Amino acid sequence: MSPFLHVNDLKVHFPTDDGVVKAVDGLTFDLEKGKTLGIVGESGSGKSVTSLAIMGLHRGSRARLSGEVLLDGQDLLKLSDEELRSLRGRRMAMIFQDPLSAMHPYYTIGQQLVEAIQVHEKVAKKAARTKVMDMLGRVGIPNPNKRIDQYPHEFSGGMRQRAMIAMALINDPELLIADEPTTALDVTVQAQILDLMRDLQDEFGSAIIMITHDLGVVAEIADDVLVMYGGKCIEYAEVDSAFHQPDHPYTWGLLTSMPRLDRLKQDRLLPIAGNPPSLINLPPGCAFHPRCAFREFAPCACDEVVPDLLESYPKHDSRCHIPVAKRAELFANVIAPRL
Amino acid sequence: MSLLTVTDLKKYFPTYTTKLFRSEGAPVKAVDGLSLSLEAGETLGLVGESGCGKSTAGRTILKLLEPTSGKIEFEGRDVTHAKGEELRKLRRELQMVFQDPYGSLNPRHPVGAIIAAPFEIQGVTPEGGVKKAVQELMERVGLNPEHYNRYPHEFSGGQRQRIGVARAIALKPKLVVCDEPVSALDVSIQAQVINLLEDIQKEQNLAYVFIAHDLSVVRHISDRVMVMYLGHTMEMSDRIGLYERPMHPYTQALMSAVPVPEPRRDRERILLTGDLPSPQNPPSGCVFRTRCPYAQERCAAEIPLPIELEPGHIVACHFPAIRNVI
Repeated sequence: MSPFLHVNDLKVHFPTDDGVVKAVDGLTFDLEKGKTLGIVGESGSGKSVTSLAIMGLHRGSRARLSGEVLLDGQDLLKLSDEELRSLRGRRMAMIFQDPLSAMHPYYTIGQQLVEAIQVHEKVAKKAARTKVMDMLGRVGIPNPNKRIDQYPHEFSGGMRQRAMIAMALINDPELLIADEPTTALDVTVQAQILDLMRDLQDEFGSAIIMITHDLGVVAEIADDVLVMYGGKCIEYAEVDSAFHQPDHPYTWGLLTSMPRLDRLKQDRLLPIAGNPPSLINLPPGCAFHPRCAFREFAPCACDEVVPDLLESYPKHDSRCHIPVAKRAELFANVIAPRL
Repeated sequence: MSLLTVTDLKKYFPTYTTKLFRSEGAPVKAVDGLSLSLEAGETLGLVGESGCGKSTAGRTILKLLEPTSGKIEFEGRDVTHAKGEELRKLRRELQMVFQDPYGSLNPRHPVGAIIAAPFEIQGVTPEGGVKKAVQELMERVGLNPEHYNRYPHEFSGGQRQRIGVARAIALKPKLVVCDEPVSALDVSIQAQVINLLEDIQKEQNLAYVFIAHDLSVVRHISDRVMVMYLGHTMEMSDRIGLYERPMHPYTQALMSAVPVPEPRRDRERILLTGDLPSPQNPPSGCVFRTRCPYAQERCAAEIPLPIELEPGHIVACHFPAIRNVI
């Protein structure tokens, strides 16, 4: 039985005058219904480009896509625009980071959600409107009968994001991609939105891809974690394993550079040196090597050979030249005491 | 004598109704009775959700905004209504690092000129000349001094924030207000800038007012923390007191909402319902009562006064109680 969503060796390359930008370079992962995959990375790591590629939103741009995106066995990259459009919004939907620019300022929330229904289904406007009202109530918007006729600018940030979620869920999609859905929100609102997404997942059984830079959010909501760096997956594991036995120096760096609310210690943070790489001019070999604090432990030249994504533990892959046993030792002795 | 003492500071913004004749409406009470003090070399964290008045408080303390009422004392001098020459001199001691590393640097000026601006404005000639001083500052904040002639767009977000820090510390001020200095940066870069701010503080015995919405960052950097809601102080304490023994329901709700990088940890979560009320028309009594899970009748009738429940731990709540939420 093949998984619900299977992404195989996905590549998204943008040819530019200065060279090819390899925004996503060979990404493979699976996602089952009712599960959540957290994709983590810094800006420019390729996480948003991945989500746009799955949704087929790179069409018409200069992007060159290769690989496979199989949704229920159907390769999305091979579909015609027409076929894809009938899937988008119905079987898969997306929540964007900034609902103010993702929604049309000229139409009311109600008009935009009704349209989302009518694009896919032949329903009378009145029936669609009832459905919209019901959905707005379900995502926790008070007074939906009044709110439905308001414009996006009349909503607060949290309410707008709820409306966005309502729009994404209106046709019961099986796959939901959320691209930094809570980054612009206050923590208390973020907690409400994450709870809402979890409840709705329980109710609808959708598969969720949660794209974020916040490891706390991932720990809270994801079943699997995929860490991206320079367009490649560098660590892919179940959430417990990823946080209790992180296996890549980059993941360690992310963890040690985060101040923690649940720790009394006020030790100096251990940041990752340098800056994220430019995708147009990625360092040779392992893209992380110029910033890696542990490259001396690698048996081969990190700046020449690209490491493969290999299984270190059951269901826990990572991409690093340092031997697994040595990495486990480094984590236990150097990193874990600093967390 | 404290470095900075603020007493009952208020900042109201007038509003106008848009009827035929412009008439004044109820003011927006952005900061409504803020009192704090700060010692040299100390960091005071100011946390709260957007719209709680923390940025307005920071700007009013620096006299970027004229206070409506209250008193600001710097090194014992009353500077509440300082203006003109007096204010300009004061600015040598008081500086600011802004949130947006893009909007706060003039794109038409090379970095060298941006960092040299404080010297020029204050008419100060540093030892060895302005250029040498600027290059030393660039080196100090971790920038390549040879990039003196580059423009802001040639730098990454983290590097730009370093430029902002260099500019703020150029005149060796005593107090720097940092308004969300790291919230626009990637996690790994965030840590670099936090470490830089801490190092500079130690070297120069700087005091920071550190404004942020991220409670984890504030916990890391602050000696004392003040929690604000709708222009009012809810709770203030030293770092350990606030995070280990939070007593105000709002502080507890904020903390319980922060996701922690540890999967499947069961924490009690205090969920707040609804949105922030309008600061133009704040609730009667305790401003937090409309969203407080423990609110009772008394909360609507009486404004809770800040009470010192433990040494240095001030809470403005009728029903304070320690709850472990982390």
